Amino acid sequence: MAVFEGPLLDDARAVIARYPEGRERSAVMPLLYLAQSAEGRVSRDGLREVAGLLGITTAEVEAVATFYTMYRLRPTGEHLVNVCTNLACMLRGGKEVYEAAHQAAGMAHGQEISDDGLISLHEEECLGVCDFAPAVQIDFMNHDAVTPERMRELIAQLRAGETPTPARGPKMESFRHASRVLAGVEPVEEARA
Amino acid sequence: MTLDVERRLTRDWGDPSVIGLDGYRAKGGYQALTRALEMSAADLIQLVKDSGLRGRGGAGFPTGMKWSFVPMDTGKPTYVTVNYDESEPGTCNNRELVERDPHRLIEGTAIAARAIECHTAFIYIRGEYLWQSIVLQRALEEAYAAGLLGTGIAGSDYDLDIVLHRGAGAYICGEETALLNSLEGLRGQPRLRPPFPAVEGLYASPTVINNVETLMNVPDIVNRGAEWFRGLGTEKSPGTKMFTVSGKVERPGNYEVPMGTPFRELLEGFAGGVLGGRELKAFTPGGSSTPMLTADSIDVHLDYESIAEAGSLLGTGAIMVMDETDCVVAAAERMVKFYAHESCGKCTPCREGSWWATRVLGRLEDGYGREGDIPLMHDMGTNIMFRAFCALADGTASVINSSLKHFGDEYEAHVRLGRCPLREPAAAEGVAS
Repeated sequence: MAVFEGPLLDDARAVIARYPEGRERSAVMPLLYLAQSAEGRVSRDGLREVAGLLGITTAEVEAVATFYTMYRLRPTGEHLVNVCTNLACMLRGGKEVYEAAHQAAGMAHGQEISDDGLISLHEEECLGVCDFAPAVQIDFMNHDAVTPERMRELIAQLRAGETPTPARGPKMESFRHASRVLAGVEPVEEARA
Repeated sequence: MTLDVERRLTRDWGDPSVIGLDGYRAKGGYQALTRALEMSAADLIQLVKDSGLRGRGGAGFPTGMKWSFVPMDTGKPTYVTVNYDESEPGTCNNRELVERDPHRLIEGTAIAARAIECHTAFIYIRGEYLWQSIVLQRALEEAYAAGLLGTGIAGSDYDLDIVLHRGAGAYICGEETALLNSLEGLRGQPRLRPPFPAVEGLYASPTVINNVETLMNVPDIVNRGAEWFRGLGTEKSPGTKMFTVSGKVERPGNYEVPMGTPFRELLEGFAGGVLGGRELKAFTPGGSSTPMLTADSIDVHLDYESIAEAGSLLGTGAIMVMDETDCVVAAAERMVKFYAHESCGKCTPCREGSWWATRVLGRLEDGYGREGDIPLMHDMGTNIMFRAFCALADGTASVINSSLKHFGDEYEAHVRLGRCPLREPAAAEGVAS
């Protein structure tokens, strides 16, 4: 079954049209986000189809997809929880927050996805929110100055089927939804929310 | 000590209306663009040269001079690329600048484009700045709808498109040639220079790459002139600078101060001093890749020249503060782990060196340090520094070398005691048993 078909194919064509003529290859990154939004990760089919859309090889697309951490090539939870433990966050308890996330999600270290498929956990490098450390992102939206206790609450909310309200900006429904926004194809009326 | 300094880039931070186009215009927004469109490219470049504005992304290169290097007679298009990849650990001022005032970046970008006769500009934003990309996309849509972008901008006959390009989680893409590769749809690995981007950058065409804060200074320079800009800061580093103060301080945050402000004033006046009244132990003046300094440097002036004299770099102005209870070996381990993770893999000293350094730092911190580990760390620092293709490896080496230089005793205590001297012995035994 095709990843890019119907409205998603139209989105893909709009993404490609952003770049100057003859420079379509520049669209590989947003197209990978689009593929990820459809499948919850970037699959082999996704890689092949992005290559087909751009007239380059699957290997060339895979080279890009494997270089960047925000493309997930393996199965990923409905929600992606990123916890920064880099220095500015570590100094304010980021490592303890990361541990709390594992415990609350019932995940062992190295386990990429919770047993129920709901949550993926990722130890992050600096997220650029050092002024509100420790920083956590859920589906790439920020939660500020998170304590271990707050981390447990956030995981509990996800478990209850709720989307936690981020510190700034609109809610992302899921990792897939965030991937779609990252492709730049979602309307942005809520930008001043 | 006074907190009553003139704010330029942050003067409208208290007014959320400027996030929208109407609010921004009500405060005089886009007048500089109109003015720039009436000036010749040469005059515009001369104005920015006269202002003395230097790149805020780390290197401090004069912005006007960078623009003047772009040849406009090659028959190829020229490009402006905005580096909004902001990924240096400890740095988040570009994030907040755009969050609170997105049109100022668009206006600055458009003026830069005018100066090098560029008709397609790109803003490369790191993927993790999802919310900021929404803010910026919205602002771009507003600017297009108002005729400030697109065909015949601001009533002129000048055409300009700005394309927002989201990254996907790679520190190295803040390195300008890696950024260009990423934008071209390749892996974000740095390119050999020369040719420099000014001659052969994006799509092998003449390209200017500027940092967000740099460009956001440009509208005021056009409106108020070079002399006005030089009214704050030092002779060699004019203007204000954004600093991110994080870690063990009472009020972490982004602060705008004139270049040359003493670190003590920023720390005690703005950031409220060290958390809990504890003693300052060490700080990075410009992000984790700049050599750490100690409490002895508390009176260093925050400008390119003074920090260089103190043995470090202004970098991105990201000051991470450690207090007396923080272990420098643990901090070094975490910072080096970052470089190991972010190494693009191209060069052996960086790829292998950073990984092995995390192994040695990790065992020192965990109480399994060996007699030869400290000379080994010295050896690694020396052999990584300046031996890779780009500066990422130098960041690794800076952490190692500066922590050894200032805190050699602390390293030795780790080996001698067989544990971290700053951790409770009972806790350390608990881990070992």
